[in-house]
Amino acid sequence: MAMDKIDRAIINNLQGGFPICDHPYAVVAQQLGIDEPELLQRLQRMLERKQLSRFGPMYHAERLGGGLSLCAMRVPESDFERVAEQVNAFPEVAHNYARDHEFSMWFVLGTETPERIEAACREIEQATGYKVYNMPKKQEFFVGLRFEV
Amino acid sequence: MSDVVKLDELDRRIVVATQAGLPLVAEPYQQVARALGTTAEEVMQRMQRMLESGIIRRIGAVPNHYTLGFRGNGMTVWDVPDEKVVEYGEKIGALDFVSHAYHRPRFLPEWRYNLFAMVHGTDRDELQHKIDAIAGLLGADNRAHEVLFSTRILKKTGLRLVS
Repeated sequence: MAMDKIDRAIINNLQGGFPICDHPYAVVAQQLGIDEPELLQRLQRMLERKQLSRFGPMYHAERLGGGLSLCAMRVPESDFERVAEQVNAFPEVAHNYARDHEFSMWFVLGTETPERIEAACREIEQATGYKVYNMPKKQEFFVGLRFEV
Repeated sequence: MSDVVKLDELDRRIVVATQAGLPLVAEPYQQVARALGTTAEEVMQRMQRMLESGIIRRIGAVPNHYTLGFRGNGMTVWDVPDEKVVEYGEKIGALDFVSHAYHRPRFLPEWRYNLFAMVHGTDRDELQHKIDAIAGLLGADNRAHEVLFSTRILKKTGLRLVS
């Protein structure tokens, strides 16, 4: 799983600003001092090893007209598996994490329309019997985009 | 609220074709264009426009903190005065160990926290130092805070914004 200097340079330099042109990987490879096939191979390998979650455009859900929210539930350990299964069955649930807190289940809802968020919350409450705390962001502070490795 | 930009049918098909990732081939836009029955110029022009209007936040690599050796990842939640949440959100969001920070609604009395920050460290000790640094920055305006560690990923299919 080891990453070398070049892998790290790729991650540190490529978290944004990937060019839109005919041969974008060639442009980036040249900036990094490697050739295009090597860059493609390294990106492929880091995706396979899950060192990168993805490579490509990151879309802004709300500006696409969709809904996006973080929701939490207080689910006791004894009921956790059943509720996880019911929540995960909703196609609108993009991610779901167990966390070590009384608010034990945290999931992200992504829907085609903003109105659908509330409806999905109500449906999840009906299916599981637990209250859904819908916590959509009121504001986002996204200055620290880059992550040094 | 953010402005919703009107997309036409071809824009939406470009989003569908690229939301999981850009092809790892020498001419990725050409490959997307071929799959959609259009030209690379058209795809590039439209993606450039989506980038400028903010529909595309950025194009690049998304590092996976867990597999990159950041074992101390915590969702930190803070109760700060509502009138100062923007000021503090901007300061915390600018820290290099915070990947994102959000102002979110409280649910009193069960949930008092209005500022969320994802904090990353190589282990939990380092994470604790970073949390202390945030607490120092907030001073007396830090009325309470907690760290929620993820213990399990229950689902991770990712966002599919347009189908």
